Parts: sequence; C-alpha cells; structure tokens
Amino acid sequence: VTRAVEIAGTGIHPFGRFEDKTVTDLGVAAVRDALRDSGDPQFQAAFCGTAYAGVAAGHKVLGALGLTGVPIVDVEAGCASGGAALMLAAGAIRAGLYDCVLVFGIEKMPRGIIRSSFFEPWREEAGLAATPAYFALRAQRLMRESGVTKEQLAQVVVKNRAHGVENPNAMFRGEVTAEQVLGSRVVCEPLHLWMLCSPNEGAAAVVLRAAPSNGAGSRVTLEAAALRSHLPGSVLSEGTPLSGLVDEEDIDPPTTLAARDAYEEAGVGPDDVDVVECQDTDAARELLSYEELGLCPKGDAGKWVAEGVTRIGGRLPVNPSGGLLSKGEPLGASALAQVVELVAQLSGAVGSRQVKGARVALGHTVGRGANASVVILRR
Amino acid sequence: MPQRSVHDGLFTDEHLIGGRCGACTRYHFPAAAICPYCGSGDVARVALSDTGTLWGWTAVTAPPPGYRGNVPFGFGVVELPEGLRVISRVEEADPSRLSFGTRVRFATAPLHTDDDGTTVVTYTFVPARTQ
Repeated sequence: VTRAVEIAGTGIHPFGRFEDKTVTDLGVAAVRDALRDSGDPQFQAAFCGTAYAGVAAGHKVLGALGLTGVPIVDVEAGCASGGAALMLAAGAIRAGLYDCVLVFGIEKMPRGIIRSSFFEPWREEAGLAATPAYFALRAQRLMRESGVTKEQLAQVVVKNRAHGVENPNAMFRGEVTAEQVLGSRVVCEPLHLWMLCSPNEGAAAVVLRAAPSNGAGSRVTLEAAALRSHLPGSVLSEGTPLSGLVDEEDIDPPTTLAARDAYEEAGVGPDDVDVVECQDTDAARELLSYEELGLCPKGDAGKWVAEGVTRIGGRLPVNPSGGLLSKGEPLGASALAQVVELVAQLSGAVGSRQVKGARVALGHTVGRGANASVVILRR
Repeated sequence: MPQRSVHDGLFTDEHLIGGRCGACTRYHFPAAAICPYCGSGDVARVALSDTGTLWGWTAVTAPPPGYRGNVPFGFGVVELPEGLRVISRVEEADPSRLSFGTRVRFATAPLHTDDDGTTVVTYTFVPARTQ
C-alpha cells in the first residue's frame, strides 16, 4: 500500500514586479510562510521549481534560511516546473523515501517577450522565436475547430480579472470589460494584449508530508501529481516547434495525458472536480484546457465561459485566484501558487472568492517542452 | 551583394530540405539525423514540395528576441503534400487577407543585412493570390 500524502502547509510571495528584491528573497518569503503554516517541521528533502533562476537557485534560498544538509534539487519543466517538483516530492513520500518534503517555486522573469534558450539561434534570427505568435496560432486553431469566438476569448479575461480583484497576491486587481479587452492592441491576431498574461516575479511553497493513514484526519490530501510530455506529432497543442513535426488531430496532447494519469491515480473523474486552476497563459489556452482536461466536450469551451459555468458561483469555477491573467506568470512558481489557492479553497479560507463546498480541486499547468502537469487535491 | 542562409541545410533556392524516414516513411523538417517519430537513423534528405496550403496564420507585430528584420511580418503554418506542417514566415502581414487553405508557394526572402554587408536570407511562403 503506498502512503497517502497530505499538504502540511502552504506559503506564497505575491506575484508582481519587485525591483528591490532578488529571486532568493522571494523564495525565502514563500518558504518561511509555508514552514510557519505547517508548524516548522523537519523536512528531509527539498525540490525547487525554476526556469530562469540559474545554478543552485534552491540552495541559495535554503542557504539564507539555515543550511541543514538535506538534498535540494532544482527542477525545470517550463511552465510546469512547479508541478514537476510536486510530482517528484509526492513520489518520494509515497515510496517511503521521506516523510516530509519542502516544495517551492521561484522566478524573476525577464521583461518583454520571453527569450528562451529553447529556440536555436537561427530560429531567433529568422523571427521564429515569437512566442505570442504560437499562442495566436493555437488560438486560431481552437476558434476554427471548437467554434470559439473572439468575444468568448475576451470573456475569459473579464472572468479572471473579476476573480483577481479580491486576490491580494495578484498583480492586476481591476475589473475589465470585454470592450476594453477587444480594444487593447493586437499583439498577434487573434490575441489582443489583455488576452496575454504578463511574465513577472513571485514565489510559492508547499510542505508535503506522509498522512497518518490514508489521509484520515488530514486537512487536504494530495491525491495525484502527474506530469507528462508530448508525443511526436502534437506540436501546436503547446505551440512550440521542435522539428517541424506534424500536429496531428488524433494524438492526445500532454494535458490530456497528464489528466488521464491524475484522474486514475486519484480515483476520480472530471465530473467529480469542484474547482479548477488552469493554465491561462492566454485566454484561448484556458478554453483549450477545459476540453483537454475533459471538463467539457470538444466544442463546448466557448459556450461554457459565455454561460458563466466557470465563474465563481457557476457549476465549475475555473481560476478563482484570477489566474495568470490577473496574477502574472513566474514560471517556476505558478503551479505551486495554484496549489496554494486550491488548498485555501478546500479549507474555506478565501473569503469572497470562496467556491462553496469544494471538496475536489484540480490544478493544471502546461508549457514549453511540451510538459503538462495535473494536480488533484481533496478535502 | 554577398548572401548567407540563416542556417545551413534548411533550404535551397527552390525548396525546403526535409528528412524522410526509411523505417516509418514519415517526413519531417528540418532534416534530422534521427527520425523524430520512430528514432530510426535511416533518414534521407529530400526536397520537399514547393507548394502547400495555409493551415494557420497571424502577424508578428513586435520584434521577437534575436530578430533584426522589419515588423510586422506574416507568420504561420504551411501544410505540405508530404503530410507535414511547417512553421514559417508568410509573405502577407495582414491576417485578414489570408484564409484557411490558401495556396502558398516556397520562396526565399531577405531578413536583414549584417554589418559587413552580407544579406541574410530565410525561407518563406508566398500566398498564391492575396485577396
């Protein structure tokens, strides 16, 4: 029998721009917050998600808090880095390797269009390292194949920005209208500026520990943390070209693969999920996630947001934190900030953003590589 | 005027250079030593069709990292008869003038001129007729 894993505590440093803080400072704040929340336990290992923080980034954070000699592993999996760190930590506890593990994610993103070592120099020189253009091609495909409209893309932004108003950890905390979203400048047709999240800075931390017996008595248990990469032939599902591969319609994208693994591991299905935090790098990415996670049938995602299904108060609230569109996206921290939000949701601790009666929560990230992570939590 | 390709082995003046796997028979671009589908090393370098259809398109309005040419420029996915889709520049920067399935033809186009006067050239696709 594998051991159940519970969330002992969570911590976060707000997402935004902090000129006077280093990425280590951000991590220290989130880790201290999580350790305090979990009763300052002795953790036996630490995993740090980050893509841009450099060599031994996690070691620098823990070094600032007092070295203990535990193994510290930095984990990079693009936008899913935090999810990857969580998977490794949970697996180690389930296997009996450790009883308590610290997982954290840190990032200070460069400004502007993200420069990524993923692209070969010639692709950069040829103008092909245009990340928003890949998002735009993916959005266009979703519009063509699932009947999503630009108005519905704007409604995703309206919803998430409305949710973010009450989130003190979000970067943007003002409501917007669909007219304003569609009035912002076109970055890459069909995506307007306000439909794209802002790369920024932040940190989040989660302490995992072995649950007494199958999670009984736990506040929140980690039911599954799955990570998958893509199969050959599904390039545009995560918008990053590898080597000109055909993007085939009959190949499951990494989000679907990870979701399937996570549902199976948790013993739940999409219908059991009460609240979702999903990757909304751009507005279309959120709608695509509804379909790829199996939350709604292909072709219904646009209708879902239009009908308010995914608003707080709707049948299945998505991104009650305000999502990346409100928070901004520090790659290494974003997946763990989802867990911070979902644990608070399951604990009834988020005030006006509360999704009432939530018992099963799902977090999803997907990014370059392509990697996708799906996390399932239960109260 | 001296010219150089943005990268060796991507294209000739007439067509893209792809790879065809002798084991699984699938095509890929750019040509690789190992088939990205099945892992076989039995890959031949082949000329890809110089015409295809537009499968996705947008315009890049701000210079992406490392790019020294003009904006806006067209950007999209071209479907070739060999059954592969290629990420490419598209010689039409107004997305409203393009549509799904538009016929496109291979071409080369200058990106920018290096400090020593060398023109850097890349592959691109030209819509058969812009509306």
